[in-house]
Parts: sequence; structure tokens; C-alpha cells
Amino acid sequence: MAKVTFITTDNEKITLEASSGSIMELAVQNGVKGIDGDCGGVCSCATCHVHVNENDFEKVGEPSEIEADMLELEDEVSEYSRLCCQIKVSDAIDGITLKVVEE
Amino acid sequence: MKDKICVIIGASHAGVNLAFSLRKEGWEGEIHLFDGDPVLPYHRPPLSKAYLTSDDAIEQNALKAKSTYENERINLHLGVIVTAIDKNQKVVSLENGESQKYDSLVIATGASPIIPSIPGIDTATNLYPLRTAKDVLNIKKAIHNSTTKRAVVIGAGYIGLETAASLKKLGATVTVLEREERILQRVTSPVMSDFFQKLHTEHDVAIFTSKNVVEIKATANTNTVICSDNTSYEADLIIIGVGVRVNSQLASSIGAEIENGIKVDQTTATSIKDVYAIGDCSFHHNPRYDRYIRLESVQNAVDQAKVTARTICGKDTIYDTIPWFWSDQYDIKLQMVGLSQGHDEIIVRHEEGEATKFSVWYFKGDELLAVDGINNAKAYVIGTKFIKSKSLVDKSKLRNSTEVLKPANLLIK
Repeated sequence: MAKVTFITTDNEKITLEASSGSIMELAVQNGVKGIDGDCGGVCSCATCHVHVNENDFEKVGEPSEIEADMLELEDEVSEYSRLCCQIKVSDAIDGITLKVVEE
Repeated sequence: MKDKICVIIGASHAGVNLAFSLRKEGWEGEIHLFDGDPVLPYHRPPLSKAYLTSDDAIEQNALKAKSTYENERINLHLGVIVTAIDKNQKVVSLENGESQKYDSLVIATGASPIIPSIPGIDTATNLYPLRTAKDVLNIKKAIHNSTTKRAVVIGAGYIGLETAASLKKLGATVTVLEREERILQRVTSPVMSDFFQKLHTEHDVAIFTSKNVVEIKATANTNTVICSDNTSYEADLIIIGVGVRVNSQLASSIGAEIENGIKVDQTTATSIKDVYAIGDCSFHHNPRYDRYIRLESVQNAVDQAKVTARTICGKDTIYDTIPWFWSDQYDIKLQMVGLSQGHDEIIVRHEEGEATKFSVWYFKGDELLAVDGINNAKAYVIGTKFIKSKSLVDKSKLRNSTEVLKPANLLIK
């Protein structure tokens, strides 16, 4: 079980719990604004862009090559950017905070 | 605006995204979303891939959770077919005998797989298209129940090839029969066709081109697929992937202009007042390429939905996006951006020391029209940026694989 906190662009703070699936799925299933996951979670659309809280980045880890490439030319890309369809929910990420990039 | 009603026919990518986009744009009225499919609306791209090869429940592929429809006050009417539209009274009739008034009506009816009129096709055993969750359940059942697991895929477009890759993963012996001289002929260049033909061959999928299926003979639990050159193939399962026909019956019944799909203007409005058409069924103008097109893609469905939502909410907007697509087969990820039609030059760029990573760049004169990336998201995102900004690309640098793939290296200054 992991707790994940999302902060949307209108500064709403939503904490959700899950034990499996991806962060994108968790967000979409709970209607977190700004996370669309249009491609269904295969790293093709970049509609699930988040900035991982600096202190939590180690828990989440670096993006894969393809994910990094997808992010590279995104507006508002940062060194803490991830496409959250590529982050699996697990005990290891318990307690992380993610800032949603899109409105 | 509170007493206005928006009715959406079709609850797939286009219809569902429209409903949610309407709320995002501030629509306060009622929203009614109808679909004949009884299953909670789901992502379609995984149907031929992860959903076919896994035991995932379809709910895991849901576009939105059931509760989010309730939270956004979207009335989801599943398993309910809209049978008629009265454009004067502004009301739709339903198969269950009920009716629903509307102020704005959006047709997002998509398209249906073409089942070609081949003798014996109606009596074939385990013959399915692949468009709905139910189709996939039927295919899974057929493959699991068969001991010999011989699958014949008719049609080598993206659906056919993705399904072939997935069936292979499920342990089937797979044969693909394509009528044209090369696979993916309708949708991509010979370079890509060759690549995918080799890829499938390496994975032990038999691909035959110039194969015109003329008859299907069903025996007890299997079939014989017969081609015009007298070759024949035994099939315990047959997948039909020969393209789609637009579901334009409702639109045409009210006199909406139809060409290769339901014709819409830049705001996605049809020729009938207060009626819009989006997604696979819409025949629309693309400003970047200055021509009318019909697209079968998630991107088109989602982006048109956003435009329609803004239009219905009275905001100025036009549909002006660069089309993009993707396809996943085996461990290959294909990402395409732009429309390559009309190109007069193709540059294939390989990356230093990478065998299965390359990109195909389509030009018309100096203008970059489209890019296909194979396991190369970088080429895809750079291509997107260049096409959007109409940047001039230095072709000799692009060809040179020792030149690092990044925008600054490729632009003509």
C-alpha cells in the first residue's frame, strides 16, 4: 500500500492510496485534474506529466530513455519531471508528493 | 446555460472526452452520453495489445472511473442505441422506445470494421474483427480453446499486425494475408512496410502479400482460407482487419453533408445546425496540410472533443493540430507525427550503434511533412516541434548519424 499526494495547478491537494497499477491510473480513476493518460499508459502521449517533489525523486527514480525523450521538449520540463504512467505503485514510493503540470 | 442539454452519441475516446471537456469549459447544463456498447467506456488501443495478451479485466482499461461520471454529472446511458434524430424538434429516439431532447448534439459514432463479402465468411468458425472489448474476449476464448492455435489474419494494417504480434505471444501459429503488394500500403511508406515485414518474419509470423482471399470453407471447428492463386491456409481463428466503414447513418438521415465521413467545419460543426461530429467519423479540414482528412486515432478523437466543448460553450476556437499516432508490436514502438502524403523525398536516419532505433523523415521540397520514429521518441518529439514551427531542416546533417539528434544540430541557421 502506498499513499501518493497530488497537487494540481489550482493548488488542490489530493492524497490517494493504492497497492498496484500505475500512478497515472490512480490519478485518472480518481479524477485528478491535469492527468489525462490519453494513450492508456504506454508512454506515447505525454498527458500525465508530473514534477516529483525534490526530496521524493530518489524513491521514484530516473525516467527511462524513451520517457526522457518524450519529456525533453515538453513545456515546463524540469529535472524532476516524470510521465506518471511509467511510475508503478509500490511500497517503495509511499508518501511521495507530485505536482501536476497541466491544468 | 443551466437548462441547456448536450446529447452525445457514442461513448468512446471522442464522446467521453467531450463530456469531461464540457465540464472543464464550464458547461452547466445536462450531459447525456449514449452508446450501444454495454461496457464502461474503455481505451481501444490496448485491445489489440495488452488487453489481448493479459488477463486484465476491461475495467483496468476504463477511460474514466464510473464515479467520475457521477461526480461530473455526466449521464452515461450504456447499452442504449440511438435510432433516430429529429433535427427540427431537436430530439433523439432511443431503441428502448424513449427519447431525449437536446440543444447541442454531438455525433461520435466512430466506425465499424468492414467484413468483406467473401463466400463462406458468414458461416466461418471463430471469425472476428477487432474493435470492441467483446471482440477481444471472443478472440481470447477461441485461442484458449484451440489445441492447434492456427490463426489467419486477413489484412496487414496496424490492427492486423498488432493482433498478429499479440497472438504470437499467446502461442498461436500466425499467418497474415494482405491483398496489396506490401503490408501497411494504405498508411505508410515502403521503408516502414519493409521494416515491419522483417520484424514479423523474425518473430515467426508468416506474412504473404498479394493474397486475395476468395473463399472461406468452414469444417467442424476450423476453416480453410482459400486465395485466388489457389493457395489455402488452415485457420482455427480468423481475424478480419481490412479497414472500417464510418458510422454515418444517423448523420446522413438528417441530411448532414457526407464525404469520406461526416463533413465538419473548423469548429467540428456539421452542415446541420447545432449538430457536431468528432472522432473517427469526422471528415475535417487540417489547416497545417490544407486538406480534408479523416483520421482513425486517439489524438484526433481527444483533440476534436476539446474543440467541440469550447465551441458549444461559446468560445472561439478551431481544430488545428498536427496528427500523431503510435503502434506497439513486440518490443518495437512506432511513433508517427504529421501526414506524409505528398512527400517527394524520404530520409532514413539511423542512430550510431543502434540496430532497432531509426527514424524516417518525409519532405516535400524543403518542407518537413512527417516523421516516423522506431524506438526513437527523440526523433518523434523533435519532428513534432519542427513540423509545428515549419523549421527548415539541414538534410545532410539529418542523414549523418554521427551528428547528435537534437534540434540545434539539425536546423538551418
